Amino acid sequence: MDAIRAKRRPTNDILFDAVIVILCLFAFLIVAYPLYFVIIASVSDSTLVATGKVTLFPKGFSMFGYKEILNDSRIWTGYGNTILYTFLGTFVNLLFTLPAAYALSRPEFRARRFIMFAFVITMFFNGGLIPTYLLIKGLGMTNTMWVFIFPFCVNVFNLIITRTFFDNSIPKELYEAASMDGCSHFRFFWSVVLPLSKAVISVVGLYYLVAHWNDFFTALVYVRDNKLQPLQIVLRDILLSNQVFSSGAGSGGASGGYAQRYADQIKYGVIIVSTLPILIVYPFIQKYFEKGVLIGSVKG
Amino acid sequence: MSIRTAQGTGKPPELGLAPNAPEPRLAPKQTVFNAFRRDYQLWVMVLPAIIVIALFNYVPMYGIQLAFRDYDFANGLTGGEWRGLYYFKQFIDSYLFVDIMKNTVTISLATILIGFPAPIILALILNQLRWKRAKKVLQTTVYLPHFISIVVMVGLLNVLLSPNTGIVGYLMASMGFGDINLLADVSTFVPVYVISDIWQHCGWNSIIYLAALSSVDPQLYDSSKIDGASRWQTIKHIDLPALVPTIIILFILTMGNVLGTGFEKIFLMQNTLNLPVSEVIATYVYKIGIISNQISYSSAIGLFNTVINFIFLFATNAISKRVSNTSLW
Repeated sequence: MDAIRAKRRPTNDILFDAVIVILCLFAFLIVAYPLYFVIIASVSDSTLVATGKVTLFPKGFSMFGYKEILNDSRIWTGYGNTILYTFLGTFVNLLFTLPAAYALSRPEFRARRFIMFAFVITMFFNGGLIPTYLLIKGLGMTNTMWVFIFPFCVNVFNLIITRTFFDNSIPKELYEAASMDGCSHFRFFWSVVLPLSKAVISVVGLYYLVAHWNDFFTALVYVRDNKLQPLQIVLRDILLSNQVFSSGAGSGGASGGYAQRYADQIKYGVIIVSTLPILIVYPFIQKYFEKGVLIGSVKG
Repeated sequence: MSIRTAQGTGKPPELGLAPNAPEPRLAPKQTVFNAFRRDYQLWVMVLPAIIVIALFNYVPMYGIQLAFRDYDFANGLTGGEWRGLYYFKQFIDSYLFVDIMKNTVTISLATILIGFPAPIILALILNQLRWKRAKKVLQTTVYLPHFISIVVMVGLLNVLLSPNTGIVGYLMASMGFGDINLLADVSTFVPVYVISDIWQHCGWNSIIYLAALSSVDPQLYDSSKIDGASRWQTIKHIDLPALVPTIIILFILTMGNVLGTGFEKIFLMQNTLNLPVSEVIATYVYKIGIISNQISYSSAIGLFNTVINFIFLFATNAISKRVSNTSLW
């Protein structure tokens, strides 16, 4: 076998490349096809979908599912809440994380090793669900929007990514030069560090953004009020508890096959509608990802 | 370090920090007070994070004592009677203990055994792909599912795998497996959980390995080519060894979370039919703690979980330290 390989390398390499390409194609299809399928299923007749007739192109085209979604007030309340929590939450996240990361990246800050150590411990050890629940309840945060904003608003992993970036990418001489001219830490952070750190702010901001958008646990545990429920809870009701129609035209369908026929179309549609914002943001920030994970892995 | 020694020699570059100070004193002592006066702005910047972490991470740790005492609604966290290990005993003696432990360990181990090597393999394959554009497209695609929320992910499983209306259910029926309900069958819960987990996160988790691979010295490939190494041999002798440190660190971290099965996904995938195999520590703590209000009992179970995680973390770390000299700390 080795002799053959040595003599006929080009053929072997071609074979090898072919295997690689096939494997990659396989990986691509296995990830992409289900996503594509959701899109075509959301505009196809649900009975045709369920019987495997819809494979490559939508069949029995109808936008009924999307019309129902547009009319469903729960989804839009959830959407509004989630957008509010996501933007306000991410803003608070960055407001708390970035300055702290800067301070902890300054070598002359003597307490930084101790503070960092105390922060990192929390990545491995926590009080658990029940004591945390009692604390948040004690603070009067249950059933308010603040529970989505303030608890755990500093993610230590994101803090480490940011700190490592500041450590490696902001030249030490820069602050020394600026401080000679009377520049304070506040001003240096605001006018020099932040403008130079767009890459890491994008990455960390996106991590926070996605975490808020997808957060289901917080609402499940801490919020009972329907008016405060974020999109993920509404999605759970629709996708998993089969409460497809709460209002609108479909509510009459409970008595007939009408609702069931379109129930799946609505589910597919809801998946698209709820994931769309993230999918829209994703391609623009994707180029920063590898950088972000890389920075985090250096000292994480 | 070098900067700190520079400060130690009495010529701190930060002298210009206080703009209002008339004239820098010649050799300010490195006292706590001086350091604080110099760095107060840094303290102001880090303080909000300290407060948040102290409040939401450290205060609940103080509440862990609930696991050892009764919870007294009137007297608060520390007011209840001390019960020692009573609640731990109650959990271990409970008829659910064996099932819950078995489920938790099964799901975790299956996720680790199959889910851990998957991104490594994916990274090795992706790294071999020479067509840069295709690589970019493929990467963008496989990272994507990571951003789908858990609710949507489980919803997706439900609509696709449903025996009556799902496409996979239909295909299974047409292949003669119609009586298997992928969503509710006791034997399919773990495979569905693990495979969908890989589908969602394998791509994302491969990033870190790809990054490690991209830092391999290209000269190694060149010289291996001259020596007549096949592509497969370069993977085996160059790529894989380059990944080993990353693999070890990530493996230790994974083992440290061995019982930390994702609460949300399991919780959402649970139904009355698969409950015998899908009840894990995290979901049980939620149910008896938040829903049935058995505060002390659920705290004890939560702590039990944390302690086991810690043991695994330390054990894996100790083994790795001995075997490969790699350690978390």
